[in-house]
Amino acid sequence: MVNTDLTKHVRGESIFIDDIPVPVNTVYLSILFSPLAHGKIKKIILDEAIKVPGVKKIFTAKDIPGKNQIGGIVLDELLLAEDEVTYVGQPVAVVAAETQLIARIARNKIKVEIEKLKAITDPREAFAAGELIIPPKIFSSGNIETAWKDCDVIVDGTTETGGQEHIYMETQVSLAFPIDGEGIKIFSSTQGPTVVQRIAARVLDLPMNKVEVDVPRIGGGFGGKEDQANAWAAITALAAFNLKCPAKLVLPREEDIRVTGKRHPYSSDFKIGLDKDGKILAYEFTFYQNAGAAADLSPAILDRTLFHAANSYFIPNLKATGLCCRTNLPPNTAFRGFGGPQGMFVIEAAIFKAAQTMGIEPDVIQQKNLLKEGDSFHYGQNAVNCTARLCWQSLDSKFQIKEIKDSIAKFNSSNTLLKKGMALMPICFGISFTNTFMNQASVLVHIYSDGSVGISSAAVEMGQGINAKLRQIAAKIFSVEISRIKIESSNTTRVANASPTAASSSTDLNGKALLIACNTLLERLLKSAKEDLNLKENSFLEIKNEIVYSNGNPTKSKWIDIVNSAFLKRVNLSTQAQYATPGIYFDKEISKGNAFAYHVYGTAIIETTLDCLRGIYRIDSVKVVHDFGKSFNKQIDIGQAEGGIVQGLGWITIEDIIFDHEGKLATNSFSNYKIPDIHFAPEEMLILPLENSTNPSGVFNSKAIGEPPLMYGIGVFFALANAMKAFRPNINISFSAPLTPEKVMLKLYSRSKEKSSNYLSQ
Amino acid sequence: MQKNAGIRLARTIHFICNNEIISTEINPAASALDFIRTQLHLNGTKESCREGDCGACSILIGELNGSQVNYKTVNSCILPIGALAGKHIVTIEGLNQQNLNPVQQSFINESAIQCGFCTPGFIVSLTGSLLSSSKINYVTLLAAIDGNICRCTGYASIKRSIINFVDLHSNKINQANERTKELVQYGIVPEYFLSIPDMLNNITKEAKEDYITNGLVTAGGTDIFLQKNKEIENEGIIFIETDSKLPKIYIENNECRISASATVNEIRESSILNKILPDIKEYFSLFGSTQIRNRATLGGNIINASPIGDMTIFFLVLNSILHFSEDGKLREVSMSEFYKGYKLFDKKPKEILETISFRIPEKGLKINFEKISRRTYLDIASVNSAILINVRQNIITDISISAGGVAPFPMLLKKTSKYLNGKQLCLTNLKEACEIAEQEISPISDVRGSAEYKTILVKQIILAHFNKLFPDLIKAEELVW
Repeated sequence: MVNTDLTKHVRGESIFIDDIPVPVNTVYLSILFSPLAHGKIKKIILDEAIKVPGVKKIFTAKDIPGKNQIGGIVLDELLLAEDEVTYVGQPVAVVAAETQLIARIARNKIKVEIEKLKAITDPREAFAAGELIIPPKIFSSGNIETAWKDCDVIVDGTTETGGQEHIYMETQVSLAFPIDGEGIKIFSSTQGPTVVQRIAARVLDLPMNKVEVDVPRIGGGFGGKEDQANAWAAITALAAFNLKCPAKLVLPREEDIRVTGKRHPYSSDFKIGLDKDGKILAYEFTFYQNAGAAADLSPAILDRTLFHAANSYFIPNLKATGLCCRTNLPPNTAFRGFGGPQGMFVIEAAIFKAAQTMGIEPDVIQQKNLLKEGDSFHYGQNAVNCTARLCWQSLDSKFQIKEIKDSIAKFNSSNTLLKKGMALMPICFGISFTNTFMNQASVLVHIYSDGSVGISSAAVEMGQGINAKLRQIAAKIFSVEISRIKIESSNTTRVANASPTAASSSTDLNGKALLIACNTLLERLLKSAKEDLNLKENSFLEIKNEIVYSNGNPTKSKWIDIVNSAFLKRVNLSTQAQYATPGIYFDKEISKGNAFAYHVYGTAIIETTLDCLRGIYRIDSVKVVHDFGKSFNKQIDIGQAEGGIVQGLGWITIEDIIFDHEGKLATNSFSNYKIPDIHFAPEEMLILPLENSTNPSGVFNSKAIGEPPLMYGIGVFFALANAMKAFRPNINISFSAPLTPEKVMLKLYSRSKEKSSNYLSQ
Repeated sequence: MQKNAGIRLARTIHFICNNEIISTEINPAASALDFIRTQLHLNGTKESCREGDCGACSILIGELNGSQVNYKTVNSCILPIGALAGKHIVTIEGLNQQNLNPVQQSFINESAIQCGFCTPGFIVSLTGSLLSSSKINYVTLLAAIDGNICRCTGYASIKRSIINFVDLHSNKINQANERTKELVQYGIVPEYFLSIPDMLNNITKEAKEDYITNGLVTAGGTDIFLQKNKEIENEGIIFIETDSKLPKIYIENNECRISASATVNEIRESSILNKILPDIKEYFSLFGSTQIRNRATLGGNIINASPIGDMTIFFLVLNSILHFSEDGKLREVSMSEFYKGYKLFDKKPKEILETISFRIPEKGLKINFEKISRRTYLDIASVNSAILINVRQNIITDISISAGGVAPFPMLLKKTSKYLNGKQLCLTNLKEACEIAEQEISPISDVRGSAEYKTILVKQIILAHFNKLFPDLIKAEELVW
């Protein structure tokens, strides 16, 4: 299948926002960010900066015509700082100048006097200081208090998981044009055009209908452009609106890494109780979420941590506490998995530790406790079409878990300095926004008189292949050549009030809306064609490969003929359709409900090799049986799985975010924040679809794919932990991710007591 | 004495971009990436990290060599326009033809594209390898993209694309000396490539050169340009000739001489050096990426004085001599005495490093290089180290160990080496040497690792050297401690 997007990409001809030609009068922006994590602004001195030739204006909070407020879930985030700064990288002033270089030179001449206040970077410290963004969230099921006495084994501990920088290859970018002196059009590299529209309207004090947001495509998002594009778009809109000329802002990479939010670091306590056979009876845990200086999406992310804290296991008695802790770091945000990975790491650590205590292998506990059909999740929903056990069994029969274990044992007994380790990693991920109202999408479909089709949705193409999938859906319903279908940019004037492209749900939501729209148009066309062919109302008409069939026999009418005829007969060839996921609800008061349309399951087996002399490691293989439902685009879905896995294992191994005590990011560039390269990626990745799976809730019975596979990467931690234990059987694994080569080495060789590898955050 | 530090700057810079001659009077220190995107409006070359660490801005730079043009892949973000004078540069647009070329097609065949932002860089890097590698296979093509980062695909589909390409095309590409013709014939590069040598001949003749004496001296600029970037545009820049036609690596009186302007890849691929230093190809694959190695020079690495410079650490143990010149005056400094403190070294402001020389290691001497970094490839070391050693009848008769990342400058572990010299090669002595090394170094905690980690690494690397060079004498089992 020819995917036009891909063809443009390999030729370098696809247009990203930074590639859009701009008029000569465009101003370029550079932002002065707070150099301190916490302080009172005494004075902002612009005198030197404003004198730089070519500077048009310098904006501060007082230049904002509307509300200086970009918060979403909680209204707690200013666009430009007023009298206080709360993190390093908070925007304070914006220079607009004739060139990017002038803007940066002037920006560097702005002086800000700030009275330094105490900064908090640690979530537990924030909690102790009462710095909670929202009240504690508690999910519970069964009776945890009475359950402990039934347990034969009780293990407790703490875990740490680090942040993760998105490293979308295209940095945050926005380009705004004033429209007719009263409105604004913004090209924004965002996953959420409607959110950008709402925030820009609020900042400029405009009604939403005067703010148009257009997203042609974005160069990677991974959650990092769900809410975090808002500030840059609003700042650009502010400059364009005020100066009445186009304004452009591209964050240089160093700034992008330094000032934007990341995956939330979590510090967690757990206590797990099992019977002597390894059945989990009770699990209690507390998550200290490092939310950063403002809410951003943190409360929703914390929800998902609580939803997925039991991963793929049935646990009858559970109590989960989530604490959204305010610290003086950039507001942390969505990142593929949306809190799920942080929750799953803790249960896997608890199982690993329990297994150690019981002298059994973790996979014994994992397998024994996998969800079964009808099991109840701790939030009250029942597992339906539950394939957790099927995936595990299928993985075992395809890859022979025991054989892998045996070969590793053999390798380890014949090698002294190289040790292999393996781990199994089952996953379970709920599909739907956990905020029920967000589970809606609408599309606008035009059939043009020449038979070509234009589709507008709010789904943003960011590499996940949504455009290709939408084209496939329309081509299939109309049964026409896929080349007839074009996907338009995501634009708020064509699709309003949209949810961001997030939660792995864009194919489900937009695809279902598109199915409705296409079927509506098809019905109109076929009705019109029946009239043309003088057929009875009840005769069966369909299109197959562009040809109209009547009761199974081809007619002389083709797609183009019936479109043309319908047009001349004044049949409406455009339609809009909306889809809202049925049957989902969640009662936030009691934390119970059918939160998800369905769940995605799968199991991975991971093998690693550790060089115990040098403390460096290799990820040999990640083999997976994944429940794709019935995939209708295998290349895209496999690609999503592979990409997600590598992001997940990057997070758990080498992607080390380091802030110093002053809340300043030390890992602010590609040279000191390392993501997997082609050599670090697993030597072998094999993703097999679970056979005979289906999913009535998905488009053509498919399942969402964006986020779930990322969590297979968690298994790499435990595979490495096993390799470390093969070398030093008596070490106690510290559940601190990322498991960098440094942490491995310190664990194997350190003479001093336990310590964190982050020299700056000790 | 070879004269290759010609300082030159053409006021008007002429070069060929794709199939068009470009003449510009822009500041030669300006970034090629900006020029390509904003002046030439070729938007397929992407800006992402702007420090040579992601490859999204990869272009090819071709240099006339006789009747052929030799192409290399480079990062355009840290490439000054001045370095383009008289060259042919190729962007993704310059590889496009009516239909997709086979490299592009292999990416489509395997869906090796997601967001597409990094994709042109991958296509360019692979094409660079096809133009320049004598052998074309999965390994060489994989190595060609060691400087290209993709955040979407997890690389699996990219690997499959390479396999797809190799399966379909590699057997056709086998004439190293007629490579451009071959690639034109198979539609991998457009036909205009054949007329580039003539075009380059013409523009080189036209170029008039001015000589300037002020500004920042730079060779490859791979470090200077990411450290300073914007400042350089104002300071001015002096290019050390990096593409002299004179030999850059040669042997004279049992001494090997390497021009300071030799790039890492020239050193890696030198047949002379590969003969006398057998594993350098492997060692220096750990230095930067293909794109960086094509620009970064030995002289730059030494003068940059990074405490963890990979080349510096390696050449330290060879007891290398640095040869400087200033207005015709020559001066020699032993590399072991060159560094004085953090970024402090024995060089006068106007002196230019001309060559590096070392005595060819006598027979029996063994060499090893180790580098530990968070990510094995395209990363900066936490600790790196080299060793040069001779062992006769189990007695160490000559030894030199260097270590990077453990002091304010690239360090020779003189005390450790002295202790081991004359000793029996055994584990007890090695462990004692490790303890001496621990006393000798002064690592600091920074973003590359804590002081404790670096201390452990130095000791482990010393053991690793011996384990690798003398596996029969230093047994793996003994190293578990």
